[in-house]
Amino acid sequence: MDVQKRPSHFPVAFPKKIWHLPVGNLNEGRMKQKTDVQQGTLALMVLKTLEVLGPQHGYGIARRIEQISGDLLAVNQGTLYPVLLKLEQEGAIDSEWGASENNRRARFYRLTRDGRKQLQAEKQDWEQTAAIIGRFFDVKAGDLP
Amino acid sequence: MKSLRRFLARITNFITRRRADDRLQEEIAGHIELQTEENIRRGMPPAEARRQALLKFGGVEAMKEEYRALRGLVFLETFLQDARYAWRMLRKSPSFSAVAVATLALGIGANAVVFGVLNGLIVHPLKLPQAQSLYGLERASDRMGFESYPNYLDLRARNRSFDDLAAFSIASAGIDTGSDATSSWALEVSGNYFDVLRAQPYLGGFFHSSDEHGPNSAPMIVLSYAFWHARFHDDTGVIGRAVRVNKHPYTVIGVAPPEFHGTIVFFFPDFFVPYVNQEQIDGESFLSARGSRRVVEVLGHLKPGVTPAQAIADLNSIGADLEKSFPKDDGKMSFVLARPSLYGDALGPPVKAFLAGLMMLAGLILLAACANLGSLFAARASDRSRELALRLALGSSRLRVLRQLFTEAILISLIGGAVGLWISVLLLDALSVWRPISRMPFSMPVNPDARVYLAALLLALASGFLFGAVPVRQVLRTDPYEIVKAGSSARAGRRITMRDLLLGAQIAICAVLVTSSMVAVRGLARTLRGNFGFEPRNALLVSVPLSSAGYTGDAATAMQKRVLDAVRAIPNVQSAGLIDRVPLCDGGIPSAVFTDDTSDLRPSNAAATPATYSISPEYFWAAGVALLAGRDFALTDDKNAPRVAIVNQEFARTIFRSASNATGKYFKREDGSRAQVIGVVEDGKYASLTEDRRAALYLPALQAPATDTSLIVRAAAMPGGDAAWKDESQQLTRQLRETVRGLDAGLPVGIQTWYEALNTVLFPARIATVSLGLFGVMGAMLSVTGIFGLAAYSVSKRRRELGIRIALGAHRKEVVLAALGRALKLLAFGTAAGLALGILASRVLALVVYEATPRDPLVLVAVVLAMALLGALATWIPAQRALAIDPAALMREE
Repeated sequence: MDVQKRPSHFPVAFPKKIWHLPVGNLNEGRMKQKTDVQQGTLALMVLKTLEVLGPQHGYGIARRIEQISGDLLAVNQGTLYPVLLKLEQEGAIDSEWGASENNRRARFYRLTRDGRKQLQAEKQDWEQTAAIIGRFFDVKAGDLP
Repeated sequence: MKSLRRFLARITNFITRRRADDRLQEEIAGHIELQTEENIRRGMPPAEARRQALLKFGGVEAMKEEYRALRGLVFLETFLQDARYAWRMLRKSPSFSAVAVATLALGIGANAVVFGVLNGLIVHPLKLPQAQSLYGLERASDRMGFESYPNYLDLRARNRSFDDLAAFSIASAGIDTGSDATSSWALEVSGNYFDVLRAQPYLGGFFHSSDEHGPNSAPMIVLSYAFWHARFHDDTGVIGRAVRVNKHPYTVIGVAPPEFHGTIVFFFPDFFVPYVNQEQIDGESFLSARGSRRVVEVLGHLKPGVTPAQAIADLNSIGADLEKSFPKDDGKMSFVLARPSLYGDALGPPVKAFLAGLMMLAGLILLAACANLGSLFAARASDRSRELALRLALGSSRLRVLRQLFTEAILISLIGGAVGLWISVLLLDALSVWRPISRMPFSMPVNPDARVYLAALLLALASGFLFGAVPVRQVLRTDPYEIVKAGSSARAGRRITMRDLLLGAQIAICAVLVTSSMVAVRGLARTLRGNFGFEPRNALLVSVPLSSAGYTGDAATAMQKRVLDAVRAIPNVQSAGLIDRVPLCDGGIPSAVFTDDTSDLRPSNAAATPATYSISPEYFWAAGVALLAGRDFALTDDKNAPRVAIVNQEFARTIFRSASNATGKYFKREDGSRAQVIGVVEDGKYASLTEDRRAALYLPALQAPATDTSLIVRAAAMPGGDAAWKDESQQLTRQLRETVRGLDAGLPVGIQTWYEALNTVLFPARIATVSLGLFGVMGAMLSVTGIFGLAAYSVSKRRRELGIRIALGAHRKEVVLAALGRALKLLAFGTAAGLALGILASRVLALVVYEATPRDPLVLVAVVLAMALLGALATWIPAQRALAIDPAALMREE
């Protein structure tokens, strides 16, 4: 953006986190590309987790994904919450307040019927895609007729 | 489906965003708490456990930002933020905001009013079901919508294009509802009228074709809602009540709905009577007179699927047949179709042209207002360049800054639009109840509807974007570094800036408006002093509707003589005469005349169709028409005497090729009778002020009797001029009323001065002058604020420079010139351009305003003077401010 194009015009150093100031949304465009891909897989994982474990709070989902996927959420557990919100808006999951293990108030997420259907559909899609991609990687030049 | 659900969720979130923020906060806190506990369980010290938990969670703010973006409507949120900020900015500079809002209110108000009138009269004139397939019949030859009653019956019976054809005619009639007899206006309508128009009664019922059984067979009336409301005070028991119309007994059978007033958009009749009873209303029967064409107007709904062209072909074939069957009565019968709302093509085109012209001028006003605001905004943007630069420097995108500026512009335009709309609604409502011509039931139903509101909203938005766009280039070019470093000093450039161009254009537009208003005012003044061919000064008009009081035939003639004799006996009366239709006020019925050697008297062989009047002796004296040759009619020119006529110069020129020796010559009238010319009078205006020279024919009342006549009474010349005339006319009015009442107490009389009566004719010119005058004033106001804005701004920008000049010993004149030179130069250029354009535009004015010519030295001088005066007015305060600069104080300040 403009600010970066002309660093020479800023002899005084501005803090790097310019986007924390309430002037415009510098970070809007930058975040998108990365998260779009991630969010897709993350959403699927959230749905599967809820299917397997039943109603869970955010931390519980995050831990489960961490246990299974390793380091996908090791750094940025927070990114889970926008995904949860998106799923809730789509009606795939539902949420309500409940009590957590340490008896604190926590928001519990639950798979809805729509969510279950969506999970089924996406699971098939995913398996199909994975199979196709897998075959592509397996095929060697000589295998082709 | 999914995206819709998400959108709805977003809207809900937008409304409940505070609560949702709290929820996220709580979730995050809970999450970190749980993670911390987990970390502690794994053996970390509490502080480190919390730190690790936070690290693992990642950037909270970035996540929140994303969360919010996902949750709410970012666009709307920023918009609200911008709107709040814009509101604060406007509150901070109330005078700027007030000027801006007032300017726009003026522009948008003017447009909304003109559009409201356009909407009411032309776009959506008839509030009748399926009005889009309703057409009126007009003859192609003269574009008039009149037919004779027998022709109407033939057209109705033989056409295959219309569902049905109805006919109507305007008439005045005396109605006696039990308390008092008053003269009121009625529509005589064919029995099927209400069915053709698909109207439903408000109360009671309507009459139908089945009620018609020959002349005077249907003595029933339908009241208009307004008349019922005013005279019967909403009494629902009115149905079946007996009333007397022109002394004949009638029965009230129904009340029309409130919005129903027939098909002429500005005419509001008091009641409706069946046409078969017209003899009782008009005093003579037109039911079987095929030749008297000006009787009824015909209209109907086209059948579904029939195009206007097909209908015209159908009607023309009937017309050709009628021509052949009745060669004596029917001239060329070919038809066109027209919208019935403005008397078809008789009034439609000029009214449309005038309103379109007004709309254009109103558009110019708005454009000038936008130019004005645009330069104000540009000035403001450059004043705020430091703020803008800071925001850019802090990382705001230029788009966001522009959005902010546009939000401000739109906010102002919406407020201005709302104020303008409010004013225009008041004005339109006032216009709707206004009755411009006191003796006619005319008014303009221009109450604003949704269309007007929408138009105002769109105009407000459009103008907001228009003037908001002016500072765009400025913002895009802003270099934050330079401005933050150097401060907002103005470069005193010699270049012509955008602002200068805008102001120049604005002044030019305003000069156009001022020019056209001056032209119109001058035209009207000249019209009022113009030569009508009669003298309306010191004359009173007494309408004597004898048919309303039951006089017909010889009784009417006798009564007219008694009235004349009695009136002439009043002391202050110099002369009095009767005429069946007052020139210019009632027009004049054209009748065909033929040269003496014509034997085949079909309409197409006519030598001329002069406006024809039936008058009593002494009319010319009373009306102030100069008799140029020959003699006036005498009482001996009666039924038993040879036919005689008096003609005007144009008649003599057309028929006898010479104005001087026409006396004694003969010509033939429609009925084949020969008439001898016994006198020649001067030309005049007969139907409209703008008409060309027209032939006129006067016949003696005793040979061409007319029942409903107007009495023209000329008062004896009075010393003391107009002021004395007012008193005298009032006194004379009283005397006349008593005199007529003494002869017959049941005779309704209407008395007014001839000038008052001329209001009808002068109405278009007056309206044009008033509206153009108002636009001129608006234009003047806008140019004052525009010049004032620029001058004040340039003085305040250049205070330092001017202070230095004063300190160095500049004269007052030099200081003022330095400060205001540019504004004055712009004023001069703008005025010159505007004057030139105005003169071009005034050609259009000449269509409406009689005698409107821009090539009038007085107009040119007046425009230049007015603009100079406005300039002086607008620059006075800034000039004073420039002169009052105290260099010493200024030096200390810096």
